[in-house]
Amino acid sequence: MIGIRIPEPTVEVKPLSEDIRRSMLYKMLQIRYTEEKLQELFLANAIRGTTHLCNGQEGVSTGVAAALRKGDTVTCTYRGHGHALAMGMPLKSLMAEMMGRVSGCCRGKGGSMHMTDASLGLLGANAIVGAQLPIAAGAALTAQIEKTGNIAVSFFGDAASNIGAFHETLNLASVWKLPVVFICENNRYGEYTPQHLTTPVEDLSIRAISYNMPGVTVDGQDSEVVFAEFSAAAARARAGEGPTFLEMKTYRYRGHSRTDTGPYRPAGELEAWMERDPIKILADKMIAAGQLDQVELEELTQSVQREILGAVEWAQREPYPDPEELTRDIFYEG
Amino acid sequence: MTVLTYREAVRNALADELRSDPKVIFFGEDVAVAGGVFKVTPGLYEEFGGERVRDTPISEEAFVGMALGAAITGLRPIVELMFADFIPVAMDQIVNQIAKYRYMSGGQFVVPLTIRSAQGGGVGFGTQHSQTAENWLMNTPGLKVVVPGNPADAYGLLRGAIRENNPVVVLEHKGLYNMKGEVPDDLGPLPLGKARVVREGSDLTIVATQLVCQHSLKVAEELAAEGISVEIIDLRTMVPLDSETLLSSIAKTGRLVVVEEAPHASGWGGDIVSLAADQGIFYLDAPVKRVNMGNVMFAYSEPLEKLAIPSPERIKAAVREVLAT
Ligand SMILES: Cc1ncc(C[n+]2csc(CCOP(=O)(O)OP(=O)(O)O)c2C)c(N)n1
Ligand SMILES: [Mg+2]
Repeated sequence: MIGIRIPEPTVEVKPLSEDIRRSMLYKMLQIRYTEEKLQELFLANAIRGTTHLCNGQEGVSTGVAAALRKGDTVTCTYRGHGHALAMGMPLKSLMAEMMGRVSGCCRGKGGSMHMTDASLGLLGANAIVGAQLPIAAGAALTAQIEKTGNIAVSFFGDAASNIGAFHETLNLASVWKLPVVFICENNRYGEYTPQHLTTPVEDLSIRAISYNMPGVTVDGQDSEVVFAEFSAAAARARAGEGPTFLEMKTYRYRGHSRTDTGPYRPAGELEAWMERDPIKILADKMIAAGQLDQVELEELTQSVQREILGAVEWAQREPYPDPEELTRDIFYEG
Repeated sequence: MTVLTYREAVRNALADELRSDPKVIFFGEDVAVAGGVFKVTPGLYEEFGGERVRDTPISEEAFVGMALGAAITGLRPIVELMFADFIPVAMDQIVNQIAKYRYMSGGQFVVPLTIRSAQGGGVGFGTQHSQTAENWLMNTPGLKVVVPGNPADAYGLLRGAIRENNPVVVLEHKGLYNMKGEVPDDLGPLPLGKARVVREGSDLTIVATQLVCQHSLKVAEELAAEGISVEIIDLRTMVPLDSETLLSSIAKTGRLVVVEEAPHASGWGGDIVSLAADQGIFYLDAPVKRVNMGNVMFAYSEPLEKLAIPSPERIKAAVREVLAT
């Protein structure tokens, strides 16, 4: 069995309220089963192009989103279904977008890799590795200049910490003390290549040192730990103390994209990580605290699945964009 | 009416927009405390403060991307990319992000953002500090591209670009920074997408921009002494392109020469020629000619640089050739 090192929390991790726990559990189930459904639809050719699933990583997006405030902004990656749902994107909006329908969040023009909802502060999921970091820093610049007290968050992967945009943005954000939190979801792989073949350090958080900002390695599988570490970073940002780099140790159960089954994984690695499933970790805590039992968990799971099926059926009946949409919104007219 | 240099006109445009809208911010390398490498921006930092006028690290990709993030959250950023040759360093943000952000989100964002950059040759900066950039950008839907050719346009079009609720790249010509010209005292922001007939004529139309537009004016002057009447169109903005002004000019003259300070392959001159062929073919009395840099690049040595950029002599020869057929 492959051993998983669990990083120690650097802040006190208090149990969250039952309400917050329940809503995080619901979100994680929603993300998990939505993506299972998406994979099924993709393999049945009901969804075009490609998908990047975040199964196994739900604790990160959910823990962070639960600690955000209205007015905060987020940029994330093509592996963005989880961030979108965690931030409250309606399932129908996501499903219609996946199917290229005009009622999707981006009128069908974005697709799986570009889940975006400005009204929720979700400023865009990006298909260019690392490009979303500067954009979040720009949103943080607005917050700083307009003194809104809001913060910006950027999610990216472990392999993205090797691209120039990452280093440039951490440097600039630190010099300008921007209210931004950088969240690296270290799932150990960039596409099919393990971290150690591309990256000379194991804990990516140490990269923060050269930008003179706090860098913390976090147990990304425990949504309450994520919530606590992110809240501390967010508080620093809101207080004008500048950015933080959080490395979330996590794992994706599925392959990188599409039909990748992950043949490059060492035997036992997936199973070891599935032992530390973010849904199970939270559900177990709730059960231990008398806030949940197996029957309720089963009911919740079934109601999430019904909701997903309903959204799929609804989206499949929605219209495709009209031909006029092809030329619409290249420029803002006015 | 005040006589200003192109450099002063740019500075005044920046100052007037920073003054008129608190949402306008300006940043780039060495633009604030030092006032810019071309001394275009002195005094802005002093007047508007370090919150709105900032020096950046040498991180083109990051600060151009930050301008996008600031633009979609309510500010109206202007960024300076010191030399247009550095545009490729930030190309991902310009092409994949800024240009596409509105479209791929289904219209959720407005992107009021201006990139200023100094382009063009003739001043001995060598291969990596002299190129023009419009061709790289025109191939990307979602960007507007402005190429002011005199102080009044440098002022008015830059203000127009900053007011525009879309991404605009304003390419200033570094060889024109010392050019003097009259700028009307009441000149405000100018609309983008309008070419100008800078010299009227009846025998042949030259389409040009910036430095080579100045060369073309010189040629027209000289040919006038021989009784040849050349009309010159300064495009002023490459996107949107003003096809009307071009077509009505060739309807009058029947002859066309396009002068580009840019390589030939996939150059914008081809778009002008295709427009003429497509919508103006029956106006034309002679084949169309393009005068450009062929497929060479800038060299440091002065005689070589002069050979690369369309010179008055090459332009004149092309005009004579088209008039002779
Ligand atoms: C600039 C750029 N280079 C390469 C790619 C192709 N690509 C897409 S995802 C990916 C791996 C990224 O890995 P990581 O940052 O760890 O994020 P993860 O996919 O694991 O979430 C690569 C190489 C890309 N989209 N953009
Ligand atoms: Mg990864």
